[in-house]
Amino acid sequence: MKGNKAEVRAALLFLAPGLFVIGVFFLLPVAGVFLLSFTDFDIYALADAGNTRFMGLRNYQALLQSDVFWTALRNTLVFAFVGGPLTVAVSLAAALLVDARITRFKGLFRTVYFAPVVTTLVAIAVVWRYLYHPRFGLLNRVLGWVGIGPIDWLGDPRWALFALILLAVWKNFGYNMVLFLAGLQSIPAQLYEAARIDGAGVWRELRHITLPMLGPTFLFVGVITAVGYLQLFAEPYVMTRGGGPVNSTLSVVLFMYKEGFRWWNMGFAAAVAFVLFLVILAVTMLQVRLQKGVGE
Amino acid sequence: MKRRALSSLLLHAALLLLAVVTATPLVWMVSASLMADGEANSEPPPFFPSEVTWEHYRELFTRLDLGRHFLNSLLLATAVTLSSLLLNSMAGYAFAKLRFPGRNRLFALLLAAMVIPAQVSMLPLFLLMKSLGLVNTYWGVILPSMATILGIFLVRQYALSIPGELLDAARIDGASEFRIYRTVVLPLLQPVLVTMAVFNFMASWNDFMWPLIILTDDARYTLPVALANLSGEHVQDTELMMAGAVLTVMPVLLMFLALQRQYIAGITLGGVKE
Repeated sequence: MKGNKAEVRAALLFLAPGLFVIGVFFLLPVAGVFLLSFTDFDIYALADAGNTRFMGLRNYQALLQSDVFWTALRNTLVFAFVGGPLTVAVSLAAALLVDARITRFKGLFRTVYFAPVVTTLVAIAVVWRYLYHPRFGLLNRVLGWVGIGPIDWLGDPRWALFALILLAVWKNFGYNMVLFLAGLQSIPAQLYEAARIDGAGVWRELRHITLPMLGPTFLFVGVITAVGYLQLFAEPYVMTRGGGPVNSTLSVVLFMYKEGFRWWNMGFAAAVAFVLFLVILAVTMLQVRLQKGVGE
Repeated sequence: MKRRALSSLLLHAALLLLAVVTATPLVWMVSASLMADGEANSEPPPFFPSEVTWEHYRELFTRLDLGRHFLNSLLLATAVTLSSLLLNSMAGYAFAKLRFPGRNRLFALLLAAMVIPAQVSMLPLFLLMKSLGLVNTYWGVILPSMATILGIFLVRQYALSIPGELLDAARIDGASEFRIYRTVVLPLLQPVLVTMAVFNFMASWNDFMWPLIILTDDARYTLPVALANLSGEHVQDTELMMAGAVLTVMPVLLMFLALQRQYIAGITLGGVKE
């Protein structure tokens, strides 16, 4: 790549502010977290950095032996890999319904389905905490009509994580729906016309044209959803008082936050952050692999 | 013909059911915020207020002083939006249209870094802010969001379509590079800039974790942080908390309704990969 001197100089000036911000306030800290995870940086080091000692891999050893960490990791993976597919399924259903030829008021439905996406998660978490109230909550009232007994959604360790998953599905399906709608619109109309001439019904069209043609969208949507869900934080922070009951909704990021910013075990928390990074990297790599398989 | 009418009926019933399920939490939030104290927790809990009252909104702005947090959020979201528009558009344009050595490698490096979630950087970022004396300041919130990789990426994708001859013509006329950016490039980038403005404002308004970490003094809390804080103390005050939730959600919801097309265009722009 060549360029004349004036152009190169202009490029440097245009890039400098943005790259400075990203370099100093993002890339540098990311590198820092790796170094931090090998130290015992804690509240004493916060007062005087001289109190920091090199610990080698001991933070990681402690992490692997911490039951709470494994619980947090398991909860996070369940949230991502149960909540993710559930969200994708609802998104796809919504997109197919909105996109159907005979659907009227498409724009209106799309707007309503999308509205939760733009709402403030913290505020929504506050709202849903009341919807999940065992006695006065709307959800139990509706379930009561069909004879399902009151469930203590957020107070029962068997239900709490699932309750957060439901909220996430509600909040996020509209986003994926828009991506699926874009994917649906890019399927050539001739395919459907040909199928109709062959006398194929709605279901066969769906199975043999729509779903296969959506393959790449599926992969992309699935991975961004899962990666987003691996960063679960605000819902348990607000709704279950920091991961309760009995850590059943504790997530990896929440665990990192508590260790790092509540107890100031920053070296240990940095090890948690690095593990989170590895998990997300693995999921993303998987996408790249699969994408090659799907072709495109 | 009959079968068609039936399937249309079923289809619209499904659409309507999903719409009701989706809208109900938001409608209930507004409805409960207008109920009298304790009404939402009476037996059986009503869906609509027996009598509309605005007292909770009044209380938010008087006793709880949420107006202050509203202004904090407004100030920070506006500052982040404007500064990131400027920095991202400059960098994105440079990556798309200016020739310099190492351009593609540098851009590939940035894209690779997009995989890393922000939470990973937060512990050292806090220490960095502490050493700069920026903990508990507005700058501590604004600085890390002033430029984003995704923003640079979006501008670059859009700027690629600017014809090079247009820029060269301006150069021959003797315009400086900055003048070209200001008078030729920025007007052409306008659609993507509007989309990004909506995106960035909403993302900043809705942001929770980093403001929670970096702002330690109650007076500087943004609206979501203040709301999370209050909801811990006022668990029993359902109606009051719903008013707080409405106050937090409404600005972004209205903004979305007004600028829906630009917002959704942004999602598909960023979502269509390669």
